[in-house]
Amino acid sequence: MTSLRIFFIGGITAYRGLINWLSPWIFVPSLIVVPIFQILLFVFIGRSAGVQNDEFFAIGNAVQYASVPCLFAMTNAIAGERNQQTLAYILVSPSPRLPLFLGRALPVILNAMFVAAFSLAVTALILRLDIPPSTWAPIAIVIVISTFSCTGLGLICAAVGLRVRETAVLNNVIFGLLLIFTGANVPIEELPGWMQTVANSIPLTHGIQAAREVAQGASLADVDRLLATEFLIGVVYTFVGYQALRFMEHWSRKRASIQIA
Amino acid sequence: MSILRLIWAGWKFHVKSLTLSGFFILTSVIQPIIFASVAYFMFEAGARAGTLLYVALGAGMMGIWSSTLFGSGGAIQWQRWQGTLEYCIAVPPPFLLVIVPLTLATATIGLYSLSATLLWGWLFFDVPLSVADPMAFVVALPVTVIGLGLLGLVLASSFILYRHANALSNLLEYPVWLATGLLVSLSLLPAWVGPISWVLAPTWGINALRESAIAGNAWPEIGMCVLLGGVYLVIGHFLLQHFERLARERATLSLT
Repeated sequence: MTSLRIFFIGGITAYRGLINWLSPWIFVPSLIVVPIFQILLFVFIGRSAGVQNDEFFAIGNAVQYASVPCLFAMTNAIAGERNQQTLAYILVSPSPRLPLFLGRALPVILNAMFVAAFSLAVTALILRLDIPPSTWAPIAIVIVISTFSCTGLGLICAAVGLRVRETAVLNNVIFGLLLIFTGANVPIEELPGWMQTVANSIPLTHGIQAAREVAQGASLADVDRLLATEFLIGVVYTFVGYQALRFMEHWSRKRASIQIA
Repeated sequence: MSILRLIWAGWKFHVKSLTLSGFFILTSVIQPIIFASVAYFMFEAGARAGTLLYVALGAGMMGIWSSTLFGSGGAIQWQRWQGTLEYCIAVPPPFLLVIVPLTLATATIGLYSLSATLLWGWLFFDVPLSVADPMAFVVALPVTVIGLGLLGLVLASSFILYRHANALSNLLEYPVWLATGLLVSLSLLPAWVGPISWVLAPTWGINALRESAIAGNAWPEIGMCVLLGGVYLVIGHFLLQHFERLARERATLSLT
């Protein structure tokens, strides 16, 4: 019962306390307007280059932009404790670590889902994309799995954030790499071989592919392998992220450097 | 003479200081390289042949705009956080002469972007680095940087009363990349975007660089950059005066 309380209530409390962009003055420009313009930019570059169609870029970038809340919010929700000088109190508490850390991921996933779904819906309206209503629910499920998967990557960034000062720089670099490697804008088969290998082992690649197929009329059963792979990647990244957090905690205790980066 | 000395000293100080910032190095170098790479791949995969030098210059200019936007947009905010805004306003030289070197420096840092995307393209995507009219290119580059720096002055002065300047900077990054035709031909955009693009220095700056690098006559575009720079300076001057007066009257300079 305590673990559940830490997971749900602790997670949402930490999220609200540490993520300052929940203010509408920051949330609307950064997480509502920017993703729409990112999609429009790549749609027009695509038209300029004569590559793919608008739907390709709209779906790819909407799902890829979910990485912003996943990476930045997840990092802030944990490493932000250090900036506020409260990390030591958290780590000295007897709370079980699994709900303590993973509970903070739940609001991140919900927020990322909203960002991806909203930006896709708005750009679909602006660009008059033909995404049938019957595909909306399956696309939403794909987005849930993709954001879970990317939040696993966010957990790893959060662990690194316990040792690195420039977390914004780190997250921006990873966001940019996801822009190239996930196939959001460049079809995976057009990338060099080594990049395709990387692409197949990171979050969002399979989710984006599944979302595109679903939007073209495929059922969830048709893309079950893609979804299973995306989910599995998420589980692996979450596991690695959690272990990395425990390791960083242990290391910080050993070196007495909890508040130092 | 003392004005020039003040601008020169301020510019040098801010360029050195910004070069040490990891955030600025990322914004100026890595981010444009990422966008350039995506665009290179897209144009290589696409059905329409586009010149990769066109993409490299556009992506470099994206970096100049980003560093100007975040640097100039955040200029006042940083002074506020560091507790130096009051001193900057209280010193004998006009506040304009304190801020202009900073906004020029943020645009100058963007030159890292252009160098990075050209070098990256040349190394990995066989982008030719030959310039059709070197004289025009050498003139276009600083004129573009100054034009963007003075546009940064307008941003810095308009963000003075806004507590969340960083969010506003986020908001303006993609739309300006799009509306100024840095990676997309303006002819593909809706007609109403045209007049917006005409009043933005990056539009003329990128056209000047492209005309001088690829072919054509860059001098009209260079002239437009100079003209717009002058207009931005006048607007920035009056905005700064107005907002400084408001902040003093309401005692809201620190916004705390």
